[in-house]
Amino acid sequence: MNWFKRNIKNIKTPTSKKKEAPDGMWHKTPKGSIIHIRELKNNSYVSPEDDFHFRIGSKEYFEILFDNNFYKELDENLSSSDPLNFKDRKSYKNRLSSSKKSTGLNDAIRTGVGKINGLSIIICCMDFSFIGGSMGSVVGEKISRAIDYSIKNKFPILIISKSGGARMMESTFSLMQMAKTSAKISLLSKEKIPYISLMTDPTTGGVSASFAMLGDFNIAEPNSLIGFAGPRVIKETIGSNLPKGFQKSEFLLDNGFLDFIVDRRNLKNKIYKLLRLLKD
Amino acid sequence: MSLDFEKPILKLEEKLTQIKELASKSGKNLDEEALSIEKKINDLKKDIFSKLTRWQKVQLSRHPNRPYFLDYIYKMTDEFIEIHGDRFSKDDKAMVGGFAKVDGKAVMFIGHQKGRNTKERQFRNFGMANPEGYRKALRLMKMAEKFNKPIVCLIDTPGAYPGIEAEERGQAEAIARNIKEMTTLKVPVICIIIGEGASGGALGIGVGDKIFMMEFTWYSVISPESCSSILWRSWDYKEKAADALKLTSKDLLKQKIIDGIIKEPLGGAHNDPNKAAKMLKKKIVEELVALEKISPEKRINERINKFSSMGVTND
Repeated sequence: MNWFKRNIKNIKTPTSKKKEAPDGMWHKTPKGSIIHIRELKNNSYVSPEDDFHFRIGSKEYFEILFDNNFYKELDENLSSSDPLNFKDRKSYKNRLSSSKKSTGLNDAIRTGVGKINGLSIIICCMDFSFIGGSMGSVVGEKISRAIDYSIKNKFPILIISKSGGARMMESTFSLMQMAKTSAKISLLSKEKIPYISLMTDPTTGGVSASFAMLGDFNIAEPNSLIGFAGPRVIKETIGSNLPKGFQKSEFLLDNGFLDFIVDRRNLKNKIYKLLRLLKD
Repeated sequence: MSLDFEKPILKLEEKLTQIKELASKSGKNLDEEALSIEKKINDLKKDIFSKLTRWQKVQLSRHPNRPYFLDYIYKMTDEFIEIHGDRFSKDDKAMVGGFAKVDGKAVMFIGHQKGRNTKERQFRNFGMANPEGYRKALRLMKMAEKFNKPIVCLIDTPGAYPGIEAEERGQAEAIARNIKEMTTLKVPVICIIIGEGASGGALGIGVGDKIFMMEFTWYSVISPESCSSILWRSWDYKEKAADALKLTSKDLLKQKIIDGIIKEPLGGAHNDPNKAAKMLKKKIVEELVALEKISPEKRINERINKFSSMGVTND
């Protein structure tokens, strides 16, 4: 077995020269399971081997949830107007246009009306790929209009959160979206229309501290990071390491802040059952 | 304790004290000299304070001598009865509240409390509330609603506390619930930024019929330092971040996020806390009188509409 002997010690190839498998064919979970994209797609983007939930966007969630992937998109063209003319190392306008280009989206949320096993529903789904799923005026306004639509038509609403929090580049306008969405949810509550909040990996900051935590049902995908402050900030503040599993869905369930955790493969069915139950 | 840009003023003020001492010791009449220095001080203050940068205003909002929640309460109100605890788990010392009389009228006051020295600062957790603080605040608001008393929230926080226990007890849920419940309170609610208005920690007691900021305060989604560290990947761009965030009272009035600015005495609230309290009290009394003329239903509708219309988008 001499040919297995390594003559040169350590791996000399720099990371930049590392050869990656072509993107979009195979995916690998953190535990090392490898799965083909086609199989992944048929399994709601969950690894069949270790149940790892891959991060997906509104397109995939709509596919998974809406009957026959049929839905009417609301306020499709709403986009940010950079009210503060914000500039850091890069201008916000540039960030917006490059995000639009790379994602094909107009902002960090899409809202649609369709059916789940025949039941009408409105789904708002955040896209983490668009500036970290951050909430600015567009996210607030789209949720707000979706709630108006829900009240008008008496359709239940599902909001899927996936966001680092409020968008810095719209400063206090972003902060006010927390109040805006919460105010609308109070109107929804008054009408006794069910609101399900699904938190996915990650849901933190201004999103968790507003509409995401205000569902009649607060539910989450397994092993998702959910919290107010990000783990890095907490670690820096307290100056020590964080316990294992801290701020994960299971931790929140244990502490009493989630109604249940749902595997993405059962998501559609579970939501249907719940809404059906409330309708009876 | 003083800020860099205050130093020339302090130098002149020292000189004035010396002259006054000299006059009283020697019996010489130095009134003229004293008067001319007083005028100089006033002119210099006006000059410096008319040219403050956003970052300097942020510094003023954190001035170590700046009046805090309880300072204002003792200066503005009578018969303050502090009410403790959230009736779930704890009493948060960073969030204080209770009934007090303003001009003979009972009002529920709630606010963040900072400490003056190291020991006090620790006791008050630097004005960073935990979930129990927000839950205490909500309990007090509901109590005020039950007894039909208006609510005044005075905001002064560098943020809600980012700690392990805070997360365990549901910081996000506590803030979210407050924001939602505050939109439908049946009594008048006035929120005033008296120092720092940092993000969700501020908004957790910041939803009301009227939102005001004292002149040298800031209100934003993130502090300039944290913004600098995230967007510039360094702590050194806080001035630039403050400018980019447009977070001063003047900026927010322009953005129509707040309803007005409460002027501070020349040189900032810490220069004359009594006068600052008087100016704050005047505004609170005026606004409460006006709000009480509106029916609760209309107030709630207008409050919800006010926040629902915030934000700028392109259709």
